[in-house]
Amino acid sequence: MALLQLDNVHAYYGNIHALKGVSLEVAEGEVVSLIGSNGAGKSTTLKTISGLLAPREGEVRLQGKRISGLPAHKIVARGVSQSPEGRKIFPRMSVRENLEMGAFARKSGAEIKGDTERVLDLFPRLRERLDQKAGTMSGGEQQMLAIGRALMARPNILLLDEPSMGLSPVLVDQIFDIIREINARGTTILLVEQNALKALEVATRGYVLQTGQIVLQDSAANLQRNEMVRKAYLGEE
Amino acid sequence: MNATNLIQAILWGISIGAVFALIALGYTLVYGIIELINFAHGDVFMIGSFLALTLLVDFAYGTNARGRPVQAVFGPRLFLLIFAILLVVMLFCALLNVLIERLAYRPLRRAPRLAPLISAIGVSFILVNLGQLWKGSPPRDFPNLLPEVNVLPLLGLGDRLSFTTKDLFVIGVSIPLMLGLAAFIQRTKLGKAMRATAQDREAAALMGINTDLTISLTFLLGGALAGAAGLIYGLYTTQVWYLMGFRTGLIAFTAAVLGGIGNVRGAALGGFLIGLIASINDLGFAAIFPALQNTPGLSFLAGLNQQWTIVVIFGLLVLILVFRPSGLLGERVVDKA
Repeated sequence: MALLQLDNVHAYYGNIHALKGVSLEVAEGEVVSLIGSNGAGKSTTLKTISGLLAPREGEVRLQGKRISGLPAHKIVARGVSQSPEGRKIFPRMSVRENLEMGAFARKSGAEIKGDTERVLDLFPRLRERLDQKAGTMSGGEQQMLAIGRALMARPNILLLDEPSMGLSPVLVDQIFDIIREINARGTTILLVEQNALKALEVATRGYVLQTGQIVLQDSAANLQRNEMVRKAYLGEE
Repeated sequence: MNATNLIQAILWGISIGAVFALIALGYTLVYGIIELINFAHGDVFMIGSFLALTLLVDFAYGTNARGRPVQAVFGPRLFLLIFAILLVVMLFCALLNVLIERLAYRPLRRAPRLAPLISAIGVSFILVNLGQLWKGSPPRDFPNLLPEVNVLPLLGLGDRLSFTTKDLFVIGVSIPLMLGLAAFIQRTKLGKAMRATAQDREAAALMGINTDLTISLTFLLGGALAGAAGLIYGLYTTQVWYLMGFRTGLIAFTAAVLGGIGNVRGAALGGFLIGLIASINDLGFAAIFPALQNTPGLSFLAGLNQQWTIVVIFGLLVLILVFRPSGLLGERVVDKA
């Protein structure tokens, strides 16, 4: 059984039909990439999974149980956490407090402490800046904080929305190395990216989203070879 | 310059400023979290003072042989009673404020920003009319229960200035409340959830924070402080009125704007500053700066007195909004880097 399953999901912003029957699956241990151009519905898909947007039709299931329709804070408690588009860290809180907020739904202080250490090992830069206001950090550091904060929920599945956006090429490589590392430690990842090349390098499988519909799904290797993907998303003529 | 009068004005300003600060905190907490100017907030303060009036008359007074009400509780028991009534009024106003949010603002959460603002004005009208129905149109005397002993001579500071046990009561109740609020917001998990929700509601929900509950908590705290201010104001000024929530509320709102609306420390600072401005003006510029009367070009300033206080304060509100809308301590961190 898939860890996460979207079944014919339709979502709207007001009257705009943003997702038109999206179905996808993520199995335990996978990195699945969702690629597509601006406005294709990638972020909307993640928002629908994390409960910021309720689907008007269709279902989102986690380990076979329906989670669509639940409020966002309850979905986090079920083990889905998200590093949102544009990072959305809490700018006037310290790095430490941001990480604390990431573990908001959890109870055990000892476990949270251990996870804080693991996150800081993964992102040594954050350790240096624990007491700094998050809004005063660089974009790359904020991105690391957003991912670290999402990990603090100890999710079964981590949703990453455009983690490479606005970062320098060196930082992009670093972020993707960390994504591999997080997955190697056992966290399932659904990754939304405009940088299709990088996204398919780390992924096991991928989906291509176009104007609210899945138009292609395959192993990451096959997608990298697919002519339409190469032309539309990998920048080849 | 008459230094004695100036210091006297400052001392009075601290007391009334503490009341403004308590109310201003309610405006700023709510604005910080849902960007709503809660026009009903001042009226919650008024309802709090009315409830305190009712409770004090019921519990602190008995009747004498002729059937006239006389004070029946004294000394330490009176203080315990006032403390108990403080807690009851705070709880009542806290729950009233939560109810207002639930009924009048939450259904409009996704509506354009003007809608909850109009709703707030509507709630304000409802509370004002309920207040008028409850205690009538004329101003009401509030039980003058606090001893009024000048403490400065006791401290060996002479009797030219006045700072009484009443002032001490105001400070002694309001400062711990403000410090408690600050500690709650800074240190506790729920306080941090409030800050997180204020900074980015969507991200807060993604952390597992129940943002609706957090917003209710904010109204709870703001209402409790308004209730406390209601009791304190009544005991301090010994007069309450159904329209005082509008006037005092607007003054406290000015304090919140002066400090930087949305900023908790700013609201406290703004409250005390507005208190100082109000008391200096109440005492009159002529009493503090007698030389003004003979200074060509500035003599008009000598005419500034109690009658002009409201004009000065609201004039200041306009100036802040035009020249420094972020207030003294307004946040300038870039939110979306």
